[in-house]
Amino acid sequence: MTEHSNQLSNFHGGLKLSGHKTMSITSPISQAKIPAKVIIPLHQHIGDSGELLVKTGDKVLKGQPLTQPTSYVSAPVHASTSGTITEITEHKIPHPSGLSAACVVIETDGKDEWIELTPVKNYQQLDATDLRNIIRHAGIVGLGGAAFPTAVKLNPGPTHTIETVIFNGAECEPYITCDDMLMRERADEIISGIQISLHVLNSDNGIIAIESNKPEAIGALKQAIKKNNTTNIKVISIPALYPTGGEKQLIKVITGKEVPSNGLPADIGAVVQNVGTMAAIHQAIHFGKPLISRIVTITGKGVKKPQNLDTLIGTPMSELISQCGGYKENADHLVMGGPMMGFTLTTDQLPIIKGCNCLLVESSDDQQTQRRVMPCIRCGECARVCPATLLPQQLYWYASSKNFDKVQDYHLFDCIECGCCAYVCPSQIPLVQYYRFAKTEIWNLERDRQKSDHARIRHDFRQTRLEKEKQEREERLRKKKEMLAKKKQENPETADKDPKQAAIEAALARVKEKKEQAGINPKNVENLTEAQQKLIEEADSRRQQSKVE
Amino acid sequence: MLFKTASSPHQNQAITVDQVMQKVLLALIPGTIAAIVFFGWGVFINIIIASLTALTCEALMLVLRNRPVKPYLTDGSAIVTACLLALALPQLAPWWLTVIGTAFAIIFAKHLYGGLGFNPFNPAMAGYVVVIISFPREMTQWVPPLIEGYTHLNFIETFKLIFTGIAPDRFSWDAITMATPLDTLKVQLGLELSINDIHQHKTYGPLFGSLSGVGWEWINGLFLASGIWLAYKRLIDWRIPAGVLGMLFFLSNSFALYDYASFTPPSFHLFSGGIMLGAFFIATDPVTASTTRKGRWLYGMGIGLLIFIIRTWGGYPDGIAFAVLLMNMAAPLLDYYTMPRAYGHQWYEIPGYHKEDQDE
Repeated sequence: MTEHSNQLSNFHGGLKLSGHKTMSITSPISQAKIPAKVIIPLHQHIGDSGELLVKTGDKVLKGQPLTQPTSYVSAPVHASTSGTITEITEHKIPHPSGLSAACVVIETDGKDEWIELTPVKNYQQLDATDLRNIIRHAGIVGLGGAAFPTAVKLNPGPTHTIETVIFNGAECEPYITCDDMLMRERADEIISGIQISLHVLNSDNGIIAIESNKPEAIGALKQAIKKNNTTNIKVISIPALYPTGGEKQLIKVITGKEVPSNGLPADIGAVVQNVGTMAAIHQAIHFGKPLISRIVTITGKGVKKPQNLDTLIGTPMSELISQCGGYKENADHLVMGGPMMGFTLTTDQLPIIKGCNCLLVESSDDQQTQRRVMPCIRCGECARVCPATLLPQQLYWYASSKNFDKVQDYHLFDCIECGCCAYVCPSQIPLVQYYRFAKTEIWNLERDRQKSDHARIRHDFRQTRLEKEKQEREERLRKKKEMLAKKKQENPETADKDPKQAAIEAALARVKEKKEQAGINPKNVENLTEAQQKLIEEADSRRQQSKVE
Repeated sequence: MLFKTASSPHQNQAITVDQVMQKVLLALIPGTIAAIVFFGWGVFINIIIASLTALTCEALMLVLRNRPVKPYLTDGSAIVTACLLALALPQLAPWWLTVIGTAFAIIFAKHLYGGLGFNPFNPAMAGYVVVIISFPREMTQWVPPLIEGYTHLNFIETFKLIFTGIAPDRFSWDAITMATPLDTLKVQLGLELSINDIHQHKTYGPLFGSLSGVGWEWINGLFLASGIWLAYKRLIDWRIPAGVLGMLFFLSNSFALYDYASFTPPSFHLFSGGIMLGAFFIATDPVTASTTRKGRWLYGMGIGLLIFIIRTWGGYPDGIAFAVLLMNMAAPLLDYYTMPRAYGHQWYEIPGYHKEDQDE
């Protein structure tokens, strides 16, 4: 296994950031305590939330599914420990909106009793679809933060051939060390998960990309590769430059190719998976364990003992903080994720979810508390550091003036919100906030447009239908008139009469004709007596008379 | 406990607009000192007048525009404008001329367009153009360098002259003021004298140093040095001065090679007048310049081209202000057509190219 760092390319811009990583790697990964209750949001991933399988009062075991996926892009959630469901309710979730969502609250029994597990004996004998199904039902999603269902990502479809499978251990955001610690301590699990993924993707080899500032992790993985006599996986050390761990940037660094705008990595034959996800796949296939825990970095200058905790999904954040010695006096901001792309939380009474890689407690001296926003002086530093080669100052200009057409001309939707531009901005403008605003506004406009399009199409359809009916009616009327006119030409004498009278006469004539044809004649008229004959005649004359009358 | 919220990123680097301005001011110091050393106290007095005017106008406009006064007044941008303008004016410019130029720069060119960050034209150069067009005679009140054979004024005399217009009894006006070497060269070349003749001339000869004019070469050399420092610190983009100076060198060198007797040599072009101040401090004003890499090259080269044209064939001895303002106008267009190819996009998707054309 040699490093091919000389063959690496680079992406535009980027930032050399100070890592702040050492504070949370002084101790090995510890097990977080089982909390008194776990709060498991039903929707923790990109895609649809599943269908609820349990009800209040149910006793659940560790690993028992609480939902089942309802659509293709979906993932189930599982009970992360054994206990009783006390309520299924709206609870605050860690989301930028600060809103609440449906959660299952489990009062734990402390036994941590597993449901019966069914490991796969020999995964190589299973085909890709079966393995994907196991991964899907294990609720595995991308653990790098985006939480996209892994089974979907492992299915590039028949039209794509995957040439490069990249396993992302870059971890370029400052402060976060959960992948680093995982790679150091559980390299074997990662390698095992990678083998399964390569099998599923029908790919011959994989590349593990790690930033050069993590020599221990690189060493541990190389060791694991050697130990397992693996030849199809290589470890590549990539330069530490934020955001090299971004999917598009990493693909550029490793392959030199760019994911087309609006496209997917699979379009250029690449797939990127987080290393933590690989360890989860290993657990799911070899032990049958669903994704019920993850490693979370609790760090920052506002927390007493920064460290990495192997945490059950649904554990309240406050429990983790207290396990880390609690807040310092100057704790100021609580961020989920890293300092560059994470979002602030207003409270720590929130559950850990699958996508939560880091809890960053910033102290009051971290943040520039007196952030004085000045006008943009168009210095262009933002454009210099933008890893998507955009012109952030133009985007800002058009986003703030709500010129949503122009802002798209400047490729707003290629912005990955990495925050490099805002980091270097001498005017301290919260640029990313403007881009998020513009994106949301455009999505809203798009939705409104689709709605109005739909309504217009329906309206147009109705109009055409009414028009058609009207035309058909007129056509019928016209035909009838024509027919009458034709008749009038054919027999002028009948036509002269009142049409009603003519119709009656015609009908009578028809009846008469029918009668004659059917031969409706008096029956039993033979061999009559004279008296009988007379009676008949009388009756006939009466009938005749009444007819005349 | 409840935490504060903020938008990501949650950390940023320390440098602020104020610090950028402060560093630019710092970088102006060596060249300014050289100007004072070679051309007397007038330079210093002009800077003080311009700065006071700029701060007053800035405060006034901020109040009128209902903007917070303190953060904007202390950002340093008004002082930078004032210094750049003052350094471009003749050393003995009357006080009211400096006041008018600066006031126009701050009130009209800066604040009426929306203040810091929104002005399409370089305020200092807009102010300069107003005074050079309105008061051409006063704009020729340059002094000869402080070398033997020429008259010198002390601080008091300079002060009096600037504020009252009264020259000290011992000198006549003609003895005090003198055209700049750049102007001299231009006028004399126009009179069919060769470069060599002018250098040998008994009146003008001593004005010329080894590169350009006496004193001017020092001022320009020091502005060049501190400009390189600014570029190294990435407070300005090196592409703009490189474009200006590269273009000016290329053109002046080509013409001098073609006819060395009647075209100014590149060494003279690059070290006379306000060229280094213009290239490193004025053209690089980010607000009014192009923002893309290619755009900045073109913007710089455009300024270099215009300076050469105006200096060689135009009606003014130095053309920096006009060149900069003309290219300011072109900046939005340059920005649009030099948009870089974004990640995941094809080169033909950038403006100016149309995919349909390619497909046909």
